[in-house]
Amino acid sequence: MLFYGTELSSRLMLGTAQYPSPEILADAVREARAGVVTVSLRRESIGSRAGQAFWSLIRELRVPVLPNTAGCHTVKEAVTTAHMAREVFETDWIKLEVIGESDTLQPDMFALVEAARILTDDGFKVFPYMTEDLVGAERLLRAGCRVLMPWGAPIGSGRGLNNLFGLRALRAHFPDVPLVVDAGIGLPSHAAQAMELGYDAVLINTAVAQAGDPARMAAAFRLAVEAGLIARAADPMEQRDMAAPSTPVLGRAVLA
Amino acid sequence: MRVLVNEEPREVATATLAALLDELGYGDARVATAVDGAFVPASRRASWTLDEGARIEILAPMQGG
Repeated sequence: MLFYGTELSSRLMLGTAQYPSPEILADAVREARAGVVTVSLRRESIGSRAGQAFWSLIRELRVPVLPNTAGCHTVKEAVTTAHMAREVFETDWIKLEVIGESDTLQPDMFALVEAARILTDDGFKVFPYMTEDLVGAERLLRAGCRVLMPWGAPIGSGRGLNNLFGLRALRAHFPDVPLVVDAGIGLPSHAAQAMELGYDAVLINTAVAQAGDPARMAAAFRLAVEAGLIARAADPMEQRDMAAPSTPVLGRAVLA
Repeated sequence: MRVLVNEEPREVATATLAALLDELGYGDARVATAVDGAFVPASRRASWTLDEGARIEILAPMQGG
């Protein structure tokens, strides 16, 4: 599966925020064998140079970066942030976030489509953070997006895949578009489930960063993503409502 | 001249964005800049003249999800 023409080394994308220390972040990225790490841009106190140290750390990890527009609530903010990120991180990839509601951090699909169109025209390769809205997905594709990233649940909630039907419908409607579950995954089993649904990758941050042992949890996610990917390729059985004996009935002794 | 750097008022002696970054110790740092809400690429900082009251954003790489 290609993401804007690039084959990723793994289907696990990892966020870099909220780790107890830079060393633990580096360990988690290594244990996850992350195919991509997400990064951001923020103000820092004048003279702190924390951003420069962080950038050095990320470069040493040699993992492709996906900058985000986290915290943006308008098209203008998101577009300006994307331009700033492109220059700093030297990539035309952008994880486009335009937040519409503060409690759920739900994407504003209308602003998202508009920003995606502007950024695509400006030469960006847009990874839109979206709801699982089928019509919105179609509009994002028309705006030039070649990857879609529906949420599983609100960012940082760890609730897993809230709307299985919606995620399955997206997969069925867009069989050839790379789909990534971004946000809301709390456990490796949620990540495996997303991959079993046929999703191409998952993006995890809080579930790893806030675990008691982030590096160990990163390893668990790596295995879960791989298990789900293999399971999907192995064509899972159909569910049924009633039992079907697995041991042959024929040849059973009569002992009653 | 009085300007706002990341919303903090500052009295600066310099006239261009590039000179301001030098003055603040960002000369060689990997940062992105915006003035009055619009992105200013690094290549245009040297010729970007600051006006009284300009709102300057200086953003650095940071952890993100």
